[in-house]
Amino acid sequence: MSSAQSSVVTSTNIDSHTARKGWLAQLWTDLKQDRVSWFFLIPFLILFTLFTIVPIVTSVYLSFSYYNIIEAPRFIGVSNYRLLFVDDDIFLKAIGTTFKFAFVTGPVGYMMAFLLAWLISQIPIKYRFFYTLCFYTPSITSATAISVVWVYLFAGDRKGLINFWALKLGILHEPYLYLQNVNSIVPVIIIVSLWMSMGIGFLAFLAGLQNVPRDLYEAGSIDGVKYKWQELIYITLPAVKPQLLFGAILQVVTSLQIFDISVQLVGIPSPLYAGHTILTHLYDYAFIKFEMGYASAIAVVLFLIMIGLNRLIFNWLGRD
Amino acid sequence: MVRRIRLNVSGMIFYILLTAFALLMLAPLVYMASTAFKPTAELFLFPPRFFFINPTWKNFHQLLLVTGTSFVPFTRYIFNSVIVTIGIVTGGVLTSAMAAFPLAKHRMRFRSAIFNMVVFALMFSPLVLQIPQYLVISKVGLMNTYFAQILPYMAAPVGMFLMVQFARQIPDALLEAARIDGASEWKVFLIVVLPMLKPAIATFALFSFITAWNDPYPALVYATHEDMKSLPIAIQTIGGGAGVVARVGTLAAASFLMIIPTMLVFIITQRMVLQTMAHSGLKE
Repeated sequence: MSSAQSSVVTSTNIDSHTARKGWLAQLWTDLKQDRVSWFFLIPFLILFTLFTIVPIVTSVYLSFSYYNIIEAPRFIGVSNYRLLFVDDDIFLKAIGTTFKFAFVTGPVGYMMAFLLAWLISQIPIKYRFFYTLCFYTPSITSATAISVVWVYLFAGDRKGLINFWALKLGILHEPYLYLQNVNSIVPVIIIVSLWMSMGIGFLAFLAGLQNVPRDLYEAGSIDGVKYKWQELIYITLPAVKPQLLFGAILQVVTSLQIFDISVQLVGIPSPLYAGHTILTHLYDYAFIKFEMGYASAIAVVLFLIMIGLNRLIFNWLGRD
Repeated sequence: MVRRIRLNVSGMIFYILLTAFALLMLAPLVYMASTAFKPTAELFLFPPRFFFINPTWKNFHQLLLVTGTSFVPFTRYIFNSVIVTIGIVTGGVLTSAMAAFPLAKHRMRFRSAIFNMVVFALMFSPLVLQIPQYLVISKVGLMNTYFAQILPYMAAPVGMFLMVQFARQIPDALLEAARIDGASEWKVFLIVVLPMLKPAIATFALFSFITAWNDPYPALVYATHEDMKSLPIAIQTIGGGAGVVARVGTLAAASFLMIIPTMLVFIITQRMVLQTMAHSGLKE
């Protein structure tokens, strides 16, 4: 350490150029030495750079410009953002809808996934697969394909399943237009997304819970753990904390990226923009109106919201 | 003693509730399957019925018949989806398994920096990057090719993360033994690492299969020609747009056909998936 430092100091005294060259040369020998590792990495790195890193930079750049694909992008400063937050009422509404939606499906879906995974981990191994399949399958069905069922279930005439039973039982007096009424659009989307929310996070919880070391529970019972809930809070939860963090991060992303279900059930644009989310707004501007600069500003806002929330969760759950 | 009482009384209630909830979750899928086999007379029955009475294959015939005479036959959409999905799954598995090896097992410069980038990529949806991705694809001239629908989705961060986490627990001694026997790194990878990564590969395959198979997005954005569109788009077209119930039987048959493969892949891979997910933990 000290010798390396002194050599840097002397070399800067003599010639700063050689010092930089020394650092570069070191990098070069390192790269040459690790070249086999880099060969393994190259295909992934090229794809990752081209379709993830470059797009992040480009998005930020485009969000400060006017770009309609035909002409070259023109730098216009922050006016996209000003337009977005000051003049675009529909965007503000979309942010509201997205948050309203995410604040329900995020926590509820997350807790449901954990609770169900925990319940499954309590039953004998031979029965576990049946329940896992029942809870996990909805999340792997295509939102497009299953919409045939939801559209029938929530149909606005008296032939819709829910309307039929509600009328028969006397809860409603006339059929309710679930997919057209502004008040019911968000709740319907929430129900459908909750149904589909037992995804990768659920599997992570399930696997984590099955691998909590048995002796932890034995040690717990010696230390005076009597009830199942004590076991859950003092032993199980801390043991699966890393999986909880992984699940939480995926949950934040999925609950903010609501798009498919909304488009399938209520369309773009939805009645009075009641089902309009940040991503539908983005899609609208990018691929229907082709205002790529403005749409990029929307993308950057959503990106920052996701990263910000996930940083918070990392700070909260990531600590030991 | 305490355990036995629990099993008899509250255990019963617990099983009944859990099973009821499981069946409730399954109900929409069962309803779809049953609709796919309903004859026309039962489709518009009032009051609505959950199960079919006289099952028939007519809806499936209809699906191939009606769409067979149209501009692009239904089988073409299936073909497109199969090609794109196979491309994403095999390409993704190969590149990610290769990249996971040095990230987990080599001492190299920038190793943790690269891994941190993958973890960072977990924190946002790839959907926010769709505009620049679209620009890259259209500038390179890949629009309306299969590559456009495959390449952007191969380097999936979730799968890559799981792959690296899983590769970390391969014992170093095993790799060393192979090296001492004179194996090159490529040989170590092929003979030792790849077989041991099998559960992680199955998991990666499952997740990328599901996204690739279900996502209408790539074909919506990267294909302007009808004959390059995928299965989800075909189903939207049969359905006649958002909120419309048209040709219910045909639509249910198509949807049913679409969901079966994802279930099968999960049933085949589930044991290995749970093995992999045990290593999904994240720590600061």
